[in-house]
Amino acid sequence: MSKFKFKIKCDEANHVCDKTQYEDASLWEKIILSLHLIYCRACRKYSKNNATLTETIAKSEIVCLEKSCKDAMKKDLDKAIREVSN
Amino acid sequence: MPNHVIDPNQWIDRYSDYLYNYTISRVNDSNIAQDLVQDTFFAGLKSMKNFKGEASERTWLISILKRKIIDYYRKINSNKGKAEVRINYSDSESEGDWLEERVADPFDKTAEDTMQNTELGDAIYNCLEKLPPKQAEVFKMKTILGYETEVICNELNITASNLWVIIHRARTAMADCLKENWF
Ligand SMILES: [Zn+2]
Repeated sequence: MSKFKFKIKCDEANHVCDKTQYEDASLWEKIILSLHLIYCRACRKYSKNNATLTETIAKSEIVCLEKSCKDAMKKDLDKAIREVSN
Repeated sequence: MPNHVIDPNQWIDRYSDYLYNYTISRVNDSNIAQDLVQDTFFAGLKSMKNFKGEASERTWLISILKRKIIDYYRKINSNKGKAEVRINYSDSESEGDWLEERVADPFDKTAEDTMQNTELGDAIYNCLEKLPPKQAEVFKMKTILGYETEVICNELNITASNLWVIIHRARTAMADCLKENWF
């Protein structure tokens, strides 16, 4: 994204909006997103839903298994499946 | 009516996180929870022939997991718990009931909030299960585990722009699904 581009298209605005959900957007990106949201109703709606999703997931306190743990489980289960099918 | 099919190759991808959430809210220890989930898959594999296809795979696995959690409590209560059980129930058949109750209602000490959050957790997992597996995996790693973009890209061998496309699709689908079922 050029540093001096004030107007962005909707898909770019949505991409920045996605990044802000993970605090991955730069200050400049956030500024031009705000500008876009002033005149774009569709993106305002997307931003609102997107923020609600973030809040809802945070509120749920759901957890996930770490990737390494899942991989180890998979390896063991695959082995057991092969033994069963033999 | 078509019966549910069973496919152990998909179990970890599809159900391990759901089973883990179910367990952790009842045993409060991540290592024990992981072991119980793992044991459940092995037990499921051994008793696959008992799967009648009447319930969904997930429901069936949860029923096995419930027994595992009961066994776990039975083990840790085998000494100090016995006296307590005898006070409440006289015969050994009811001992199982007591343990069932304890597992079925692990929220007795906590506020209503926990109950609500569990329903919300269910709603979220039901929506996650509707996503294509790859989308669900990337979304969970980024959103719930909070991994950095770079870490996910390395683990899954995708580019950052791939990741953001997947995240965007997943977020749109999740928001739509939760809108119907929760918000
Ligand atoms: Zn727009």
